[in-house]
Amino acid sequence: MRVLSAERMVINIGPQHPSTHGGLHAETVLEGELVVDMAVHVGYVHRSFEKIAESRTYSQYIPYTSRLDYLASHLPTLGYVQAVEKLAGIAVPERAEYIRVIMAELSRIASHLLYIGSLAIDLGATTGLIYCFRDRERIMDMFEMTSGQRLIASYMRLGGVAEDLPDEFFPAVKSFLADLPQMLEEYDRLLFGNELFQARLKGVGRLSAQDAIAYGTSGPNLRACGVAYDIRKAEPYGIYERFEFEIPVGTEGDCWDRTMVRVEEIKQSARIIEQALRGLPGGDIRGKVPRVLKVEKGREVYHRIESSKGELGYYIVADGGEKPYRLHIRAPSFVNLMVLPLISKGGLVQDVIANIATLDPVLGEADR
Amino acid sequence: MKVLKEVVEDISQVFGDQVLIEEAAGFTVIKVICPQVLLLMRRLKEIHGFNYLANLTAVDYRDRFELVYHVYAVPENRGLVVKTSVSREEPVVPSVVSVWPAADWQEREVFDLLGISFEGHSNLRRILLPEGFEGHPLRKDFPAER
Repeated sequence: MRVLSAERMVINIGPQHPSTHGGLHAETVLEGELVVDMAVHVGYVHRSFEKIAESRTYSQYIPYTSRLDYLASHLPTLGYVQAVEKLAGIAVPERAEYIRVIMAELSRIASHLLYIGSLAIDLGATTGLIYCFRDRERIMDMFEMTSGQRLIASYMRLGGVAEDLPDEFFPAVKSFLADLPQMLEEYDRLLFGNELFQARLKGVGRLSAQDAIAYGTSGPNLRACGVAYDIRKAEPYGIYERFEFEIPVGTEGDCWDRTMVRVEEIKQSARIIEQALRGLPGGDIRGKVPRVLKVEKGREVYHRIESSKGELGYYIVADGGEKPYRLHIRAPSFVNLMVLPLISKGGLVQDVIANIATLDPVLGEADR
Repeated sequence: MKVLKEVVEDISQVFGDQVLIEEAAGFTVIKVICPQVLLLMRRLKEIHGFNYLANLTAVDYRDRFELVYHVYAVPENRGLVVKTSVSREEPVVPSVVSVWPAADWQEREVFDLLGISFEGHSNLRRILLPEGFEGHPLRKDFPAER
């Protein structure tokens, strides 16, 4: 009988591969189907965002931050304006705070819906994508109503938001929230209840809580390992301490838990939006901000928020001028990708696709 | 951000005049001389439970580089900042990858964009810019437009 030998082979997954969610390049060493080594390369969509910041005024930089995580663009924008507000001591009116929370949580839902849809198509369940995109579309419509933009909204402003919510926004968001349980049930029947779908995710790409923390993993990927750490709770920013919600956690840290944590987070975000809609006060949507905003020399800030991908931090150093002296973006997608070789080694090549999809990187943010 | 008093006391006792501890921008900031970075970080992690390196970056102040580390204890959420300065002529800092693997790519990024070397990093290559790119864009003497 002939012995089948499995010679080592290098497979380049990406950068031009649909399941890499942008320009991600995983140089994978295989023995047969088994992954024995992997090197991850990023930088394909690097746009010098940190250097550009040094030649833009504080408010001119807002549209750039929208283009970090373009799948949930209100979140990186929110993190940025809050960082500058902290740095310069700008107050935000109550109504704007509530609108920000509504927009941020809608972004989180949109991002997680896209996660489910793209995971489905990555695993070969093409129909799943269509359902999730159909529902995400309603959120995109709401963003269009409020900001005129669907994807990269640049809706946050220093001291508030760009425009007040239009009348048609309220019925749209209410009917979306009312239909959400039904949508999730549909995904359940279509995807999560499917034995094949489960088999592709359960026990695949396991990450321990200890490794997750040591590698700086954050967001749903960290919580899937059983670590109940959410910056909205641990270090509430804006008005998040006013809302009741839970932190969903997993136990196994595998692809399945990373998915289920996000499904639960969608429900929690809906709870927050409902509370914010009930509590939404009247009044101004923008505070007083000097037309020429200068921040005194020696001031610096590190402000972080819980974005849909994890800990999104802005480190800004001021020098007395209208522009940041130095701006650094701590991008969750960048740091989260570091564990990809760790969770892929010892697994099969097709599981790499599931691992990438469930780490949910967005390369615009990773590469900056 | 609350930091246990014991941490501050222990660090100032162990490191003496090699550290300078102050409160700034809502954080406890430990400024440490460059050669002691690794020892300090090990102590912060192993004795004081700062198990999570959230952020690692650097700033070019024209006369020196300053490295900035935001470290936390997760999930109980205690955080502090560590800073160290290094000369622009010989920018070499001890790598903290052995303390937190999270430093791996972040140190490569600082190496790539600011040209600071990390001693003990096993794979110090550019990460965001292509191999063969000349210069380090986040240095202040690198023109924004060419």
